[in-house]
Amino acid sequence: MAEQDIPSPRRGRRSPQEASVDPAAQAMLAFADEIGASTAFSRADTLGPCNIGAVGMCCSLCGMGPCRLTKDGSTGICGATIDTIQARNFIRSVAAGAAAHSDHGRDLAFTLKAVADGEAEGYTIRDVPKLRVVASHYGINVRDRSPEEIAGDLADLYLDQFGRQQGVLEPIGRAPVKRRKRWEELGVTPRGIDREIVEALHRTHMGDDQDPAHILHHAIRTSLADGWGGSMIATDISDILFGTPAPLLGEANLGVLKDDMVNVVVHGHEPTLSEMIVAASRDPDIVEYARAAGANGINLAGICCTANEILMRQGIPAAGNFLQQELAILTGAIEAMVVDVQCIMQALVALAEGFHTKIITTSPKVKIKGATHIEFDEHHAVGIAKDILRLAIDNYRERGATHIPDYRNTLTPGFSHEYINYMLGGSYRGSFRPLNDAIMAGRIRGVAAIVGCTNPRIQHDSMHTAITSSLLQQDVLVVETGCAAIANAKFGLLIGDAGLDKVGPGLREVCETVGIPPVLHMGSCVDNTRILTVLTQMVEEGGLGDDIDEVPAIGIAPEWMSEKALSIATYCVASGAYVIMGGSNPVEGRQDKVPESVLVADHMSSGWNEMYGGKLEFVDDADEIISRTINHIDAKRATLGLPEYNPTRFGMSGDARVEELEALPLQERRSALYGANS
Amino acid sequence: MSRYIATRAIRGANGLVAEAEAMVSSAILDQGPDTPVAFPNTAYYLPVALGMTGIEVETLGQLSDVVAHARRLLHPVPADHQWTPYLGETLDSGMATLLAAETIEAIRYIDGRQPEVMPGFDLAGGSAFTSPDTDAVAEESPNGHLNGAIDDIQLRSWGIQLVDGRMPGFAAIVGCAKSNEVAVQIVRELQRRNILCFLSGNVNGRSIIHQLIEEGVELGYDTYTVPFGTDTISAIYALGFATRSALTFGGLKGGQGREILLYNKDRVFAFVLALGEVDDLKYAAAAGAINFGFPVIADTVIPQILPTGVTTYEHVVSMPFNEIDGVDDLERAERLVQKCIEVRGVKVHIADVPVPVPYGSAFEGEVVRKADMRVEFGGKQSRAFEYLRMAELDKVTDGKIEVVGPDFSEIEPEGHMDLGIVVDVAGRQMEKDFEPVLERQIHYFVNGASGIQHIGQRDIAWIRLSTKATDAGFRLEGFGKILHARFHADFGAIVDKVQVTLVTDPPMLTELLNEARVAYDFRNKRLEDLTDTAVDVFYSCTLCQSFAPNHVCIVSPERLGLCGAYNWLDCKASFNINPTGPNQPIKLGRSVDSIKGYWEGTNEYAKIGSHGVVDEVAMYSIMENPMTACGCFECIVMLIPEANGVMVVSREDTSMTPAGMTFSTLAGLAGGGIQTPGVMGVGKFYLASPKFISADGGFKRVVWMSSFLKDSMSDELKVVADLAGDPALIDRIADERLVTTVEELLPWLEEHEHPALTMEAIL
Repeated sequence: MAEQDIPSPRRGRRSPQEASVDPAAQAMLAFADEIGASTAFSRADTLGPCNIGAVGMCCSLCGMGPCRLTKDGSTGICGATIDTIQARNFIRSVAAGAAAHSDHGRDLAFTLKAVADGEAEGYTIRDVPKLRVVASHYGINVRDRSPEEIAGDLADLYLDQFGRQQGVLEPIGRAPVKRRKRWEELGVTPRGIDREIVEALHRTHMGDDQDPAHILHHAIRTSLADGWGGSMIATDISDILFGTPAPLLGEANLGVLKDDMVNVVVHGHEPTLSEMIVAASRDPDIVEYARAAGANGINLAGICCTANEILMRQGIPAAGNFLQQELAILTGAIEAMVVDVQCIMQALVALAEGFHTKIITTSPKVKIKGATHIEFDEHHAVGIAKDILRLAIDNYRERGATHIPDYRNTLTPGFSHEYINYMLGGSYRGSFRPLNDAIMAGRIRGVAAIVGCTNPRIQHDSMHTAITSSLLQQDVLVVETGCAAIANAKFGLLIGDAGLDKVGPGLREVCETVGIPPVLHMGSCVDNTRILTVLTQMVEEGGLGDDIDEVPAIGIAPEWMSEKALSIATYCVASGAYVIMGGSNPVEGRQDKVPESVLVADHMSSGWNEMYGGKLEFVDDADEIISRTINHIDAKRATLGLPEYNPTRFGMSGDARVEELEALPLQERRSALYGANS
Repeated sequence: MSRYIATRAIRGANGLVAEAEAMVSSAILDQGPDTPVAFPNTAYYLPVALGMTGIEVETLGQLSDVVAHARRLLHPVPADHQWTPYLGETLDSGMATLLAAETIEAIRYIDGRQPEVMPGFDLAGGSAFTSPDTDAVAEESPNGHLNGAIDDIQLRSWGIQLVDGRMPGFAAIVGCAKSNEVAVQIVRELQRRNILCFLSGNVNGRSIIHQLIEEGVELGYDTYTVPFGTDTISAIYALGFATRSALTFGGLKGGQGREILLYNKDRVFAFVLALGEVDDLKYAAAAGAINFGFPVIADTVIPQILPTGVTTYEHVVSMPFNEIDGVDDLERAERLVQKCIEVRGVKVHIADVPVPVPYGSAFEGEVVRKADMRVEFGGKQSRAFEYLRMAELDKVTDGKIEVVGPDFSEIEPEGHMDLGIVVDVAGRQMEKDFEPVLERQIHYFVNGASGIQHIGQRDIAWIRLSTKATDAGFRLEGFGKILHARFHADFGAIVDKVQVTLVTDPPMLTELLNEARVAYDFRNKRLEDLTDTAVDVFYSCTLCQSFAPNHVCIVSPERLGLCGAYNWLDCKASFNINPTGPNQPIKLGRSVDSIKGYWEGTNEYAKIGSHGVVDEVAMYSIMENPMTACGCFECIVMLIPEANGVMVVSREDTSMTPAGMTFSTLAGLAGGGIQTPGVMGVGKFYLASPKFISADGGFKRVVWMSSFLKDSMSDELKVVADLAGDPALIDRIADERLVTTVEELLPWLEEHEHPALTMEAIL
């Protein structure tokens, strides 16, 4: 540990420019070096990944091991083969990821229930129309009933999905018919959310399921219980309680922190507490309290997916993505970092000790040694939110010197599938027709969902921005969630103006027609279900095949790191998508040493492709990801019989010519625009 | 959209909605919230408001709800940078504009500012502006004002042409063309393709309406060129027309906004042609039109919106007039129109008729006044006849046009002469039965030429040639050229060869006329013998299904289609022309009930043809499973239970009926492909058929009928009365001149001893 605290000479260490492409991050990394602070970046430089575990060749599931299988033909103590071990490790990750998303969904369902029962202080049902639409999916009677009555039934139905033992998970009914049939035939339709996760853990206990294909089969089922279950429930209820997002203007990067205000950063994944903190931060008493403390008010900002939740709905700025949590503390400008669940580094507490920042844990499930714990309870949310803010305000006077990097960019988040439907035709003519038309004509070559984390083993944000920029120039429309969206927001790709000069000619026409940025921010990582819904609606609109696997679309997680990402990837594959993960490959194996160590990776690619029309591949090179993406999209276009992509065919429309003519002097302008009228 | 257009459209929308709000408030203050509001002769309240919001506006006060709805659809203009999306917002603002525009026009109707006053202007073919209360106003004069809203009667009478594709759609022309010459050319090009032209708007005070009036172009229903008003707001009538098409023919109801708009996108081939500078309000109205799937084509530089989706093809196309390829402005105008048709994907079949005058259905209604006339054939002072006969293939020389006798060059201006038009046709699929079917087309074909008026048929034909047409070089051969071209184009499947002889030579004319009269007599006998029991197939007619998706007509020898345009022989010919077309033979099979008119074959077909909406159809009853209607019926028959009979209202009749509703309102009950016992839309010649509601007691059930029918069908009705054994029967039937309420009707009928009063109870 001593070694990494020495800032210089930086033997084996990346420079800030090598560690991140984000100038704000670079500035903070330079500052960290200066003061000798440890960050995930520096730790990644000094702590290499275990070269056996990283490629999935180690089994630590029982007390007879851990067993490292590094030679051809070797097995674990129990005789487990390399492919069994890889499949078991993989499904355990999927189960953990599915559990994280689904437990998030469960808590929201409890909140909805409490709101329906009138027991949740400060919460209301903000989107009654969505409540009615969602409830109608399940045959809940919505006529002549109060929103609370409907919400009560919906909450009960959703809570039932977790503990249900048999039958079909209800939200599965929202997938395309053909897809559901395929799941039914392959026997992967999930029964109950908790049941599939428990079964995954059971199957991978010592001495259970030892057929890799059979294990992976259940990985599919477990992930579906996430994507078409827990996550979808989370998104639905978040929209119902806090409003379905629609575009607004926001900002991203560390420059959103304010020197003269009390900075409170919310970090994690859930909107429940953060929405309440947003409300409390606007409370006149609290604002007055902050002024009394000498601050110019309260400045709220987010990190990670909590940021996305309140950015999408409230326009609260995002201070950064996953890898910026420590960098935010390094600014010295944060009075409190309020965290809930998932992706919160334990390192925050130690780092914060060098500053005045208070790390406040709030989830009953998440405590961190040394952090302040103020437990959140949705029944008393307003009071708790105010307590947290008062604590932060009280801490303002402890603030020392600040180093806020002056980098931030604007973005337009808020693309729920409901809004996408609206934006393509308005209140009366909303539909996915214009999107499908644009793809069919070839103005839009295809759609890429670029999602997922950031990872300190990869140059921060580099893969996200490189892949996104390149695809945009090749007329691929990009939709994003999670930390990927924040990455590209920082580089100005999520703003309308980017639709004019950072894209190919056909996509430019579409962006200009609709007024959209070329990258649509669709929410947090549980909101990947919105992408599933969009794909389903594209299929239902017609012209792009009758199942998701026929749509010229792809999913990419270029800088993934969490187990949730693996669950997302798996349910996307099961739904028919080609998914490419950047960075490390947990089932990579070592073909040179253990030939059979690539069987699982092969199965996830060609095996799953045969069964689901989607496949999972790990590719660590941005150019290779781009080329596979383009090849995949073009192949899907060809299968659908769509015209071959041709960048010279489109781009004739738009405002440019008129704006040019309007700049002419009056007389010339008149005749140029209108001709000479007799 | 484009941000440029979005900005202007949203700005325009905000402005117009504010104006509508102000007008509504002050109108309510001045005249009270209960002041009635309506467009004359429309059954659909304010149609766009009804369609899009479901509000049935009858009073001023309700306009507040309409503008409140419009207000909710408004959005702020997009920012110069870092904008949020604007397409959906602009379309919504466009819809708000339409609601505001309709509100404003409705208030102007109260004030008498609509239809727009234009002193000295005459509308061709009457006007929408006939007051339902005082017929006197209608009879006074249709002149001195522009058209305003199109009335339902006109919409329905265009109906059959709209649904069978003869009239492919409409062009909403807004603004002012580059020159008068260009304005005329644009309209001529559209007329040539039978596309309705709706005119509105201006550029700096000058409108295409002014341009066309100055050039002496006839404007009005008869020439398919309807001047709405010289401001942009009056373009709302075009969208009201579109909305009512969906309500009238599509079976849709008020409030089904999305369905109505999609109906228009898929079935109504309309577009907006913006001439001259496009200002905020025009952009806003255009955004409203795009909601209907109607694209916008401009002859100036405006941003193009080429991606598709809300419209079928491009949304906005700019075709700057000066940049159009062409030797002169006329050719540029032609290309502009071609572009419009291409962008909307309008299907236009157009026969190239080699005559030196403009040609198209739009000219069918043209009137040649005596003062403008070069020569006439037939009428009071001379005789004209037309006779089409089938001949052997080797006896006909295709394309041969022969004039036998002198030309009209020796006739003094405004003079007259005798003329016989004899058409010999031959073809492998030709049948003797098709002779009258084809012969009747001569009227439409000849009328299509601009400057030529054709009235009547057989030996009572009456044709006028205008000086303008003869100056342009039209001679007698022209008739032959028209007939040759059109018979090939329209009936090519049964007609292989066409030869036309134009006879003015007196001896030959007499000879041929005698031959023709023998043939006319023969055909009359054939028609008399052609009864429902004499055939074993009826024909379906689903021509309207492009517009009224679930309606199906079953046409029998004794019951023609409700539009009046297709009888059994027409259908038979049509089936021969296009064996997979809209007229299919229905094998009758076993008779289920010969009184009410059920056959196994007709019942089975009714179910299939209506896509399951209707289970059975009784051919001869109004009370039990009556035939449905699309919306283009000539008359409505409706039960008057108090009188134990039925009334018959013709669509020409705008007055109140004993049912307490006018034709327009009744039409809403009868149309849309819905079966409503006691209400039926029919073709007027069905009234004279022995099978007219024969299961319910036949023609003797008619207790009231529009005087228009009594007058225009007096010969046929006389036969009916004689057959019924009561020559005075027609005089026992009331009409709108005598009785307009059911309370008046009963004593009147008793006084005139109407037979229905003593007939078996109809219910």
